[in-house]
Amino acid sequence: MSDADTSTDPAEPVTGWGRTAPSVARVVRPRSYEEAAAAVRACGTRGGIARGLGRAYGDAAQNAGGAVLDMTSLARIRSVDADAGLVVCDAGVSLHRLMQVLLPLGWFVPVTPGTRYVTVGGAIGADIHGKNHHVSGSFGRHVRAFDLLTADGTIHTVAPGTDLFDATTGGMGLTGVILSATLQLLPVETSWMSVDTERAADLDDLMARLTADDHGYRYSVAWIDLLARGAATGRAVLTRGDHAPHDALPRRARRDPLAFRPGRLPPAPSFVPEGLLSRPAVGLFNELWYRKAPRHRTGELQRLSAFFHPLDGVPHWNRVYGRGGFVQYQFVVGHGREDTLRRIVRRIARRGCPSFLAVLKRFGEGDPGWLSFPMPGWTLALDIPAGLSGLGTFLDELDEEVADAGGRVYLAKDSRLRPDALRAMYPRLPDFLALRAELDPRSVFTSDLARRLSL
Amino acid sequence: MKDAFGAPQSLLVLGGTSEIALATARRLIARRTRTVWLAGRPSPELDAAAVSLRELRTGQDEVTVHTVPFDALDPAAHEETLGKVFAEGDVDMVLLAFGVLGDQGRDEAAPLDAVRVAQTNYTGAVSAGLTCANALRAQGHGALVVLSSVAAERTRRANFIYGSSKAGLDAFAQGLGDALHGSGVHVMIVRPGFVRTRMTARLAEAPMATTPEAVAHAIEQGLWRRSETVWVPGRLRLVMAAVRHLPRPLFRRLPL
Repeated sequence: MSDADTSTDPAEPVTGWGRTAPSVARVVRPRSYEEAAAAVRACGTRGGIARGLGRAYGDAAQNAGGAVLDMTSLARIRSVDADAGLVVCDAGVSLHRLMQVLLPLGWFVPVTPGTRYVTVGGAIGADIHGKNHHVSGSFGRHVRAFDLLTADGTIHTVAPGTDLFDATTGGMGLTGVILSATLQLLPVETSWMSVDTERAADLDDLMARLTADDHGYRYSVAWIDLLARGAATGRAVLTRGDHAPHDALPRRARRDPLAFRPGRLPPAPSFVPEGLLSRPAVGLFNELWYRKAPRHRTGELQRLSAFFHPLDGVPHWNRVYGRGGFVQYQFVVGHGREDTLRRIVRRIARRGCPSFLAVLKRFGEGDPGWLSFPMPGWTLALDIPAGLSGLGTFLDELDEEVADAGGRVYLAKDSRLRPDALRAMYPRLPDFLALRAELDPRSVFTSDLARRLSL
Repeated sequence: MKDAFGAPQSLLVLGGTSEIALATARRLIARRTRTVWLAGRPSPELDAAAVSLRELRTGQDEVTVHTVPFDALDPAAHEETLGKVFAEGDVDMVLLAFGVLGDQGRDEAAPLDAVRVAQTNYTGAVSAGLTCANALRAQGHGALVVLSSVAAERTRRANFIYGSSKAGLDAFAQGLGDALHGSGVHVMIVRPGFVRTRMTARLAEAPMATTPEAVAHAIEQGLWRRSETVWVPGRLRLVMAAVRHLPRPLFRRLPL
């Protein structure tokens, strides 16, 4: 692709998964590393940003007036070492694709978020975490090396323990374009999960249960009913488990223990009227969801996709929030700051945010990425329709509580944080800015998120 | 950049002493706006407006307010002066708020005075509006908010010079909105009814009179809804839908 070609790429409206704040960019689809380098050189004054499958909720992979490098055509799995559990692949490969290829070989991705439809490049850029963070840390911890295309058009092989590695894991694509990566995989005997489910009557009960025996499970997560008030505030359903060993499977499943067959439902309709997710509707859903969960059940066998990625079964589920879209708010506060968590949960419950997706998780050790989100403590994530009146101010107030407690919000999900709040939340931000100023003085790599947060 | 709720971080006001514009700026500063450009004819009022906004600092954040010399009646200078603002960085929102009411009786007798109203409200807006629209289009994002008037919907005997200039502005903004559809730029037309300001101080108050603060609130709401047209108060939309269709002999006799 020549420079002249890139300038004729059509300008398209681009949004994140939450479908708020669209902006228009020239979308370039490089099919080789050379085309990616040419696209970076041809970015122009408004710069460029790499984009994967667009699962970041906010404006991280948007670049108004500039270039967006859609990396999903660079999707080759270059080599698999089935003995050591190492895979070398292009950045545009999705976790879904990795599972398809690697599960039959007895290997699983080391960290997966709530969707399989994220790319390896995006997973590194956001330093994603999963239900196993308390055991395995975030995605970056399992990356043995990656190739990074920087602003000068050169390619660097970056190893863990270097500044460039720590700036890029969680760096939201602002250090360069990740072209390929080497990942350490997790050995599994089957594609089934052995799952324990229990109910917690309120927030304190939930936190006590998570603290008491999270270490006994590789995966752990709690769904919270944020519309429940009074004594039931913070009531929850805990789901914890591990990969099922071969001998735990019934005979029929043992014939093909590593089969990967995620089901798929029809997609959400393209038009959904505003306000479908009203408070009473979500309240009813939450009530049923809580009642439906068993009080206590152990060793239930579930398919991988049902355990990790239930929403992936409904393509375009983000449409159910209607034209106005939605925001996801995810924050973490450290151990010892449970008071802040309790106060925020109470505030959300009192305000009645119609959120049917609210997830609490206990993080383990933090990760070295300078803008990495996880830190030891408690993280809560919730989806809220963007049209809820006064929501912007309300979330600003929550930001203050989070920052005062030494916590932070997750940039991969953010679409509304203010720059001063960011400075308070990420103490290594000055290091990140200094490295970026040296590596990319003309800000070739930029995004709507970077403009909004002065990154 | 605007955030998920459409709140801008930087704002350019054309007509920097407009009370509606300043009420809007105050409201937006309370949310996200940290940089404001007040464009207007250099005057003590313009400087005072800048000072009043600077004093609104929230938390640890400074509010940066600049003044820009801008004259609606000098369209030849618009590209240069406004170009300088856009060269400083992204402008998330442009509020086109300048305009004069004129004096209907005097203007009818002195056609050149009437022309001045038309040139300010319409010609000046065409030039400044297009200049900003082109810059916003290149940015790939931003909102252009145009202060029209309920008078644009149907001109009446008592102020048809002002009304016709606003009608021209309104039609221009509608077309501009269509031209920018899909460019990432959001054009929003605001049609307030009678607003209690300096401009209307000597007039008898019309029904459903409103305040600059109410207009500012409606603008903020319209930004996150990505509305194309906003009436203030909202029920004017219905009232004017009826008024627009009144037969002229009847309309003429109404005490409007």
